[in-house]
Amino acid sequence: QKVSVEVLDHLERLALVDFRDSEGVERLQKAIQFADQLHEVNTDGVEPMDSVLEDRCLYLREDDVTEGNCTKDLLENAREKVEEYFVAPPGNIPLPNLEE
Amino acid sequence: MVARGCGGVWRRAWQRGPGPGPGPDPSPRGQRAVVCNARGGAVPAGKSGLAPWIPVVGLEIHAQISSNSKLFSGSQVQFAAPPNSLVSFFDASLPGTLPVLNRRCVEAAVMTGLALNCSINKKSLFDRKHYFYADLPAGYQITQQRVPIAVNGSLSYSLCIDNKMSQIVTKTVRIKQIQLEQDSGKSLHDDTRSQTLVDLNRAGVGLMEVVMEPDMCCGEEAAAAVRELQLILQTLGSSQAVMAEGQLRVDANVSVHHPGEPYGVRTEVKNINSIRFLAKAVDYEIQRQIEELENGGTILNETRAFDSKLGCTVPMRDKEGKQDYRFMPEPNLPPLILYDAKSLPANMNHQQVINIDWIQERLPDLPSVKREKLVEQYGILPEHSFTLLNEDGLAEFFESVVKQTQMKPKKVIGWILNDLLSYLKQYSLTVKESPVSSFLLADLLNLLEKKEISSTAAKQVLAELWKGEGKTPLEIVKEQKLGLLQDQKELEQICQAVIDGQENE
Repeated sequence: QKVSVEVLDHLERLALVDFRDSEGVERLQKAIQFADQLHEVNTDGVEPMDSVLEDRCLYLREDDVTEGNCTKDLLENAREKVEEYFVAPPGNIPLPNLEE
Repeated sequence: MVARGCGGVWRRAWQRGPGPGPGPDPSPRGQRAVVCNARGGAVPAGKSGLAPWIPVVGLEIHAQISSNSKLFSGSQVQFAAPPNSLVSFFDASLPGTLPVLNRRCVEAAVMTGLALNCSINKKSLFDRKHYFYADLPAGYQITQQRVPIAVNGSLSYSLCIDNKMSQIVTKTVRIKQIQLEQDSGKSLHDDTRSQTLVDLNRAGVGLMEVVMEPDMCCGEEAAAAVRELQLILQTLGSSQAVMAEGQLRVDANVSVHHPGEPYGVRTEVKNINSIRFLAKAVDYEIQRQIEELENGGTILNETRAFDSKLGCTVPMRDKEGKQDYRFMPEPNLPPLILYDAKSLPANMNHQQVINIDWIQERLPDLPSVKREKLVEQYGILPEHSFTLLNEDGLAEFFESVVKQTQMKPKKVIGWILNDLLSYLKQYSLTVKESPVSSFLLADLLNLLEKKEISSTAAKQVLAELWKGEGKTPLEIVKEQKLGLLQDQKELEQICQAVIDGQENE
């Protein structure tokens, strides 16, 4: 069962993962097949587990100001900045469509 | 395969549950029990003589939680601060940082849920909602999509029929759910240099999203519901809910259909910056949809922005078709467990336990209760109590004057609502900014009550007091000789003098 161009396009936009060539697409299909093996397990009436932390206690923090004021550190890694603002492109740049 | 962003780890695509999302509501819910009453019935038939239209309005409201620090980090929550100064490493989504839940934010959500008659979920879960935008550094927002903290509540609000204060109708809107979620940063668009400037001060601030079912049918109802919610939030203190500062944001979902038919395609209207604009935006969109459909067109399931200058809604740019948010459980946060008096664990640290019953017992009087009490205690009319609560600080001012004067509350209310309030409105002042304090007004009303001045004179004195020159009412009365003469002999002398004057002519 092949992955259609529409789905590939959709996946590329969602995950920003670049399927450069047919080998990449082949890898993807094999990965899906591998994951599909999960369907063989009967999970009727079983609650899905989201996290191994599910029985842990969710720690609640007191409402105190303990962080912040590190503008310089944060902007240190920014390639471009304007007066302590991060700079980004004007909007989301649409990805070109896949040709096939 | 080259990963250009995420780690590329495969996770079983997790099913999206019910919730606000794109796509029209497929199931017809049958006849709506409530038909818009504000204008006296359903929207009448159009020019072509078609069947009447029933507008349907639902709201998604984001209220910023009033807290010192953010939802999952210890950076400060404050409006207007130097850009990127209230940002922690977690807020900037630097690798290796983890969310830590703020107790105060949970309490605020529980309070709000209780005030809106919701069932509080003793176990609620956090999820990630993925989308790419410059002001969302992590690439996802932590929210509660599957099991939110509160569900199935209701909000009662009131409307005046035909703009007359005398006829008040009470309506109810169902609250679908309340969820905790993170706010995003702010984007400042610089079109001239073709760039966006990003300030993350707001990123990570706690929000309560309140989802109202589509039980409303026009702009006026939507506005009244939001106004009441705003008052409730302010009374609880869970949010300051000032729309102008972005602490309360409203998105409206609007559709129209013929009676007996399934719901129509809905549009989402964003960028509504005040309650007045909310009413306008909703009414415009209803009208637009009706006209479009009556002219044989169709309604697109799209997001539109309200343009306050033009008074219309326009399709929003930057919306790339249907969004797939890839909801998944937030792996770094265990379920949020809340307790009540019965289920309180014995051996747990107090600070780690949130007791719903404890919060319920300490809820303040909600606006509706306050209004009833004012009517009962002071014998004023319901519409008076509405106006008192509608103006920040006015009810307290009124009660303060009543305490300091012998004049009956039923008479005092006239001075508060007609004279004081109209002065405040004329000069765009809040009650707190009033140059006339409750003490001064009470003083003046006492003079009137003791019949030392007439009511016309009292209005003159008030006008003078308004200048805020620090004079007392008595001083002004003496200065302008406004006192009612009580002395019989003095009155006789004056009358005689006038008569004598006449005789000499």
